Amino acid sequence: MKTIHVTTTVNGDTVEYLCDPRETMLDVLRDRLNLTGAKEGCGTGDCGACSVTVDDRLVCSCLMLGVEAEGKTITTVEGIADGENLHPLQKKFIEYAALQCGICTPGILVAAKSLLEKNPDPTESEVRYWLAGNLCRCTGYDKIIRAVMDTAADMREAS
Amino acid sequence: MALDDRKTTDFKFIGSRPDRPDGLDKVTGRAQFGADAHAPGMLHGAIVRSPHAHARIISIDTSKAEQLDGVKSVVTRADFAKDLSGEFSFVLENVMAGEKALYDGHAVAAVAASSALIARDAAKLVKVDYEILPHVTDVDAAMADDAPILNDTYADASVPSGLHPNVVRYHDSGHGDVDAGFASADLVIEDSFKTEATHQGYIEPHACLATLGNDGKGELWCTTQGHWIAQKTCAALVGIDTSQLRVTASEIGGGFGGKTTVFIEPVALALSRKANRPVKIVMNRSEVFRATGPTSSTSMDVKIGMMKDGTITAAQGIFRLQGGAFPGAPMEFSAMCAFAPYALENVKQIGYDVISNRPKQAAYRAPGAPMASFAVESVIDELCNKLGLDPIEVRLKNASREGTKASYGPRFQRIGLVETLEAAKAHPHYSAPLKPGQGRGVSCGFWFNHGGETSVSLALSEDGTCQISVGTPDIGGSRASMALMAAEVLGIDYENIRVTIADTATLGYNDVSHGSRVTYASGLATIKAAQDAVEKLCKRAAAKWGIPEDAVFWEDGCAKPSGANAGNFDPVPLAELTKDMGATGGPISGHFEATPEGAGVSFGTHIVDAEVDPETGKTAVVRYTVIQDAGKAIHPTYVEGQFQGGAAQGIGWALNEEYIYGEDGRLQNSIFLDYRVPVASDLPMIDTVIVEVPNPGHPYGVRGVGETGIVPPLAAIANAVSAAAGVRLRHLPMSPPRILRALVAQAHEG
Amino acid sequence: MKVKVHLWSGLRTLTGGLEKVTVDAANTGDLLAALVRDFPQLAPVIEAGVSVAVDGRIIASSLTEPLGADQEIYLMQRLKGG
Repeated sequence: MKTIHVTTTVNGDTVEYLCDPRETMLDVLRDRLNLTGAKEGCGTGDCGACSVTVDDRLVCSCLMLGVEAEGKTITTVEGIADGENLHPLQKKFIEYAALQCGICTPGILVAAKSLLEKNPDPTESEVRYWLAGNLCRCTGYDKIIRAVMDTAADMREAS
Repeated sequence: MALDDRKTTDFKFIGSRPDRPDGLDKVTGRAQFGADAHAPGMLHGAIVRSPHAHARIISIDTSKAEQLDGVKSVVTRADFAKDLSGEFSFVLENVMAGEKALYDGHAVAAVAASSALIARDAAKLVKVDYEILPHVTDVDAAMADDAPILNDTYADASVPSGLHPNVVRYHDSGHGDVDAGFASADLVIEDSFKTEATHQGYIEPHACLATLGNDGKGELWCTTQGHWIAQKTCAALVGIDTSQLRVTASEIGGGFGGKTTVFIEPVALALSRKANRPVKIVMNRSEVFRATGPTSSTSMDVKIGMMKDGTITAAQGIFRLQGGAFPGAPMEFSAMCAFAPYALENVKQIGYDVISNRPKQAAYRAPGAPMASFAVESVIDELCNKLGLDPIEVRLKNASREGTKASYGPRFQRIGLVETLEAAKAHPHYSAPLKPGQGRGVSCGFWFNHGGETSVSLALSEDGTCQISVGTPDIGGSRASMALMAAEVLGIDYENIRVTIADTATLGYNDVSHGSRVTYASGLATIKAAQDAVEKLCKRAAAKWGIPEDAVFWEDGCAKPSGANAGNFDPVPLAELTKDMGATGGPISGHFEATPEGAGVSFGTHIVDAEVDPETGKTAVVRYTVIQDAGKAIHPTYVEGQFQGGAAQGIGWALNEEYIYGEDGRLQNSIFLDYRVPVASDLPMIDTVIVEVPNPGHPYGVRGVGETGIVPPLAAIANAVSAAAGVRLRHLPMSPPRILRALVAQAHEG
Repeated sequence: MKVKVHLWSGLRTLTGGLEKVTVDAANTGDLLAALVRDFPQLAPVIEAGVSVAVDGRIIASSLTEPLGADQEIYLMQRLKGG
């Protein structure tokens, strides 16, 4: 099948690629742009391991086609830290051991960051429902929820 | 002082909570999991799977697929080793069907092509002619006289005569006289239970990258709990020498027992050999559900007799496990774990391993134990209710202790069940008031834990830091635990130790990361390897001072003279000894290669509060507390994580997760939307209490903690649901429709 | 040295009804070999993998663990895990 030329912005960089119209955004990120931080856990939008933001909106990149990225601004887990300075969520996830195997972590960090940008003071229920689309099989979510709540508190204090 | 004599509990590093060494890689997305590997010239593989539950393969026509542009190789069963026996033959048959497809999703052929899209298209062009055969997927139906026969050669010598050929293994054990025990009871309750198959549900699908040449030398990168077993199995299945295949374990995105065997790895190797190019295969989620790991589904009968004072007089259980199309359902573990928490004079347990047209079961966290515990702990709860007894007091009264003759035979060494029960009784959760409509349940659970072959190599660097190679993939933070244990022995900082999961070519054999063995066995090996290095460091100091080797001992990271008689020398720190080690005798390393046999068994007690919505039958878990004996918590935060993760998986098993097969024998819910594991909004915070009753078989007292935590939740929640809604569910999962049916039936009876 | 070994009851049919047998063995390897020698029908069971509990300590696979005459010895099904 004929490939299509796409120009988009990923983690602040302008990138161009050719992709098959059937390829998902996740395939493009992983196989064409070598950004393997986003993971494919299901391919059906149920697990959230492939979460990215597209023009600041949280999406499952497995449910978006690569060709749909034309002219958009995409942020993946690789774009969360500022150089060597980790995002407060990244620091707190390490501190709280809010990860075990780590396969869901990229998606959860992208989703949690998106939550805190919209709602800097979420309740525990709000965090749990926002992250309900991000499956974690290791932790029972306890330490993840605590890490997100505590990051939110720190960020409120800092701002 | 002999190195092993250290009995101190005054640890400097053990029990602290430093950051995990893999944390930064995992929060930045650069950790390399199974599907993240690429190789120059790499092809993508796809697998052709049977849509039928049971069918004879008449013919496979691969010609159309081979003609598709970009397709480089196609394999069928003919491309694998012949004449395998035992477990390898079952694994091969599961990895690539021979004469028959035995379940929906069974692999029958595979293709490799220049892109994943082309491979997927090519797989659709492989034409398989099937003769559809009658199938069976339910365990009781598979044992019935008229059940279709899957394979009449699988039953082993243990099976009593007269049973259907689908019953392939049998176990019975116990002691005393159960009939006399039941006769002396004030109350006997006997009930039947069923549990549905659940999947380990790791978020990372199976993935591998394989290279194999026609010289019989290969490289394999894969997500696995054990790369040596992968090496051994793959080499056998593709017919090469074990040592010629180097296997590297990727970061593993969850396993829980499901990644202790191979599925796509031998297929990728066979495709690679035929194409002479690297081949990557990544399963999609539906393939994971249809063709890998679930647990066994079960059908169980449990009978227990009790005196009015709560003493159990006799217990008996029959555990029928359906383990898919091959022998191996862990029915002996169901049987042996079922009554292990209790000191019983009269006990009998029987297990049946039954094959059916489902995927080959794989281990899942304490394999076989959670289901048995569900049945047993439910009956104990019913007895407590009927006799008006407190469930923790009754469990304490009957609890196994040091010296108790276990239900499975031998006497227990030092164990911590009573301590978990006492902690449960004292926990504020147990005495907290319940809101109207809520109910509280408790349950105990048991798991054996395991040792297994273990090799560790530790090398000191000139700057006084340390690198450790271990062979057990890190599935729960074990690199941090190993570093802590080595730091404790060497007396250098945690941050100065780097732990790497070595590949199969650079370290001796290691058993799989399973059986809750890693912190125990690799930990013991790390301690011994560090002690080996310390012994060498002491020798260097002795030589430096010109005193006998046994006049030097190691403390706080320094060699010290053992007393005034040894001489008056200032302590020499590790870095001082390694600085010029090349010139004082050569590089200093420590090693351990052995099979530790002192894994201590582990018990836990869980408390749960649940609320059942009478309109919908939906159960909410409103409070949950895990209390478990860890022996010694090396990194308490990661122990808590294991407790919480086990409980969450148990909650899913109890309330929602199940394999649903249609009349056609096809799996109906093979995506996460339909096979719904617990999500963040389903769960409360999960409180934990770490009990520490040291395991005599480990230098620091470690018991494995990974598996026991999934054993109690099923019954604990069933008991809470019973208390909350007044209905006793004996069929898991207790999904809303099942609970609603029970509520309606009760209303009719009432 | 004579040692007493307890078998799980499912093995009775392979030992002529015995649940406790006495064999000559100095270590776990000897023990398994002696069981196969004295009760050939146990061979497939032992080959499939068994563990031995010695005074409550479960020896999952080692064939070299020494045995004493007064120890409590149980044959168990081979242990593994998830």
